[in-house]
Amino acid sequence: MSLSAQTRPPAGAAAPPLIEARGLTRILPGLVPVTLVRDIDLTIGAGEFVAITGPSGSGKSSLLYLLGLLDAPTRGEVLINGHPTHLHSETRRARERLSTLGFVFQFHFLLPEFSVAENVMIPMRKLKRLGTRDMRARAVRMLGELGLEEHVDKLPIQLSGGQRQRVAVARALANDPPAILADEPTGSLDSKSSEQVFQILRKLVDDHGKTVIAVTHDLEMAARMDRRLHLVDGMLADP
Amino acid sequence: MPLILSIALTHVGGRFRQSIVSVLGVMLGVGFSIAMAALMEGSQRDFVATLVDAIPHVEVSDDRRDPAPPPAAARFDAVNVIGARPDDDTRGLRNPVRIKAMLENWLPGGMAASLSGQAVLRYGGKDVAVALTGVDPAAHLRVSTIGEDMRAGAFMDLAADLNGLIIGDGVADKIGANVGDTLAVSTSSGAVRRLKVIGLFHTGVTQADDATGYTVLKTAQVLFSRPNAINRLSIRLKDVNSARAVAQRVERMTGYRATSWQEANESLMEVLMVRNIIMYTVVGAILLVAGFGIFTIVSTIVHEKARDIAILKSLGFDQADIRRIFLMEGLFIGIVGSVLGSVLGYGLSVFLGSLAFEVKTNVELTSLPIYYSAWHYAIACGFALFSAGIAGYLPARRAAQLNPVDIIRGAS
Repeated sequence: MSLSAQTRPPAGAAAPPLIEARGLTRILPGLVPVTLVRDIDLTIGAGEFVAITGPSGSGKSSLLYLLGLLDAPTRGEVLINGHPTHLHSETRRARERLSTLGFVFQFHFLLPEFSVAENVMIPMRKLKRLGTRDMRARAVRMLGELGLEEHVDKLPIQLSGGQRQRVAVARALANDPPAILADEPTGSLDSKSSEQVFQILRKLVDDHGKTVIAVTHDLEMAARMDRRLHLVDGMLADP
Repeated sequence: MPLILSIALTHVGGRFRQSIVSVLGVMLGVGFSIAMAALMEGSQRDFVATLVDAIPHVEVSDDRRDPAPPPAAARFDAVNVIGARPDDDTRGLRNPVRIKAMLENWLPGGMAASLSGQAVLRYGGKDVAVALTGVDPAAHLRVSTIGEDMRAGAFMDLAADLNGLIIGDGVADKIGANVGDTLAVSTSSGAVRRLKVIGLFHTGVTQADDATGYTVLKTAQVLFSRPNAINRLSIRLKDVNSARAVAQRVERMTGYRATSWQEANESLMEVLMVRNIIMYTVVGAILLVAGFGIFTIVSTIVHEKARDIAILKSLGFDQADIRRIFLMEGLFIGIVGSVLGSVLGYGLSVFLGSLAFEVKTNVELTSLPIYYSAWHYAIACGFALFSAGIAGYLPARRAAQLNPVDIIRGAS
């Protein structure tokens, strides 16, 4: 399977945690400031399958966006591969997202004017690590492994919800990032499609050493992951 | 194709109808700007060329810009001299041979001496006042295009006929005279001579055709009772635009007033300049309106594609990338509109230039004078692209500043 290269660190090597949060706090400014997450300290290593759970409004997605450098903390910092990111420019944070982090959202968010293969190729074209032919070949191969070989040249609108979400997973993996951050990846899917997507994520962790951090409401699914972070009112709590 | 460009093009393609309307806006703006500029500059150049052909490029007259003080004022230490009587010397350019010799060495063109004054032509009981100029025909043809404007006879015929007279066809119409008729010519000095019409000219400039006549210099000197005198030195330059500088130099050297064609027509040149300012203001306004069209379409796309902007940012696009996408959309519409507008502008110019009609103003027009210049295209397209760039940049900047988290939360 060539969804990605093996990213587990060699045995015995003392690698820094892939993602680390120190005193992470995010407050929305306004007349009445709203605290989304408060004083979060956590460490997530390579090859972990982590669930973030909690009631609605507890700050699950906010934490995920902070860990994924999509949002900037009010206080505290996020370290990627041991490197602090709070002083990074917007461009450098974007570069980190491009090469180190892959996002999957509750809705697929595929670009509707581009074909399935072209959607998967967008991050590759941005990173420019491969030639055009190799990008296309890699996109087709990845889509094939996700059971979408017949749909590579279709437009997203021609696919079912589950198929679109699998395309979104392929796109998140396009540049072979070590971490996938998923925000309710199965939230808009039926049970069969949800299970398919979960199995894909599981496989990424087990077979390819990827780190997957997924926000979910589904406690049963969370229980099948390796580790669970439970949030209440923006703070980590015991599940 | 670069990724940013392909995303920009799919956005514009996705809003095909609105994009076409925006392109049409720019196209019409650029097209009409080019055609209008070609027509305006064409008419201006035609007007100036006709005017410049009809008059000397520089004319040295027998008066001074700053008249010298009366000799008494220089001789006596007086604050003011009252009641000084002018000397009885007749007016005219003094020592014209010396002046001509002084100028001949460096003057980039030809010159001709003449004596001008007011005269009344009488024929068949009708009188008409004209500006009568006595010339050396051969020398005058070197500084004037009058030879090409002859409708009857030849200008050089004057050289062989001391009693010959060449008048504008407007003058001939006024008094009902024709070639071969003999007119009585009188001047303010009281002299009267009978001169025979040996030619008619038509320059197209009404004031010249309706009130000008030519005879030989000797005859004019007799009529004006100013033997051996000249009061005009007409200069024709190889480069008409150097007239101001040449006039200044001539004036410095001779002390006499030297008037360039620009100075002689200063008010007209100012009118033309004001006309150009109005034209470019109108053209700018047209293209600005086209810019609003682009602003609207790009703003709409930004609004519609907010979710795509968020996802592109999550994929690793930074603010500059997002800004480039939408700026490119505005510029793309501007470029397509400019190219099509240039074609339209050229077509319109050719069409306008092919229209034939007759308008009799100060200067005659038989077809619309069109001046083709790459500058018209460059200015119209440059302004359109500038306008498109601004119209694209403003929404692009807004798009780049969108917070992806806000959009993703809103979408979910």
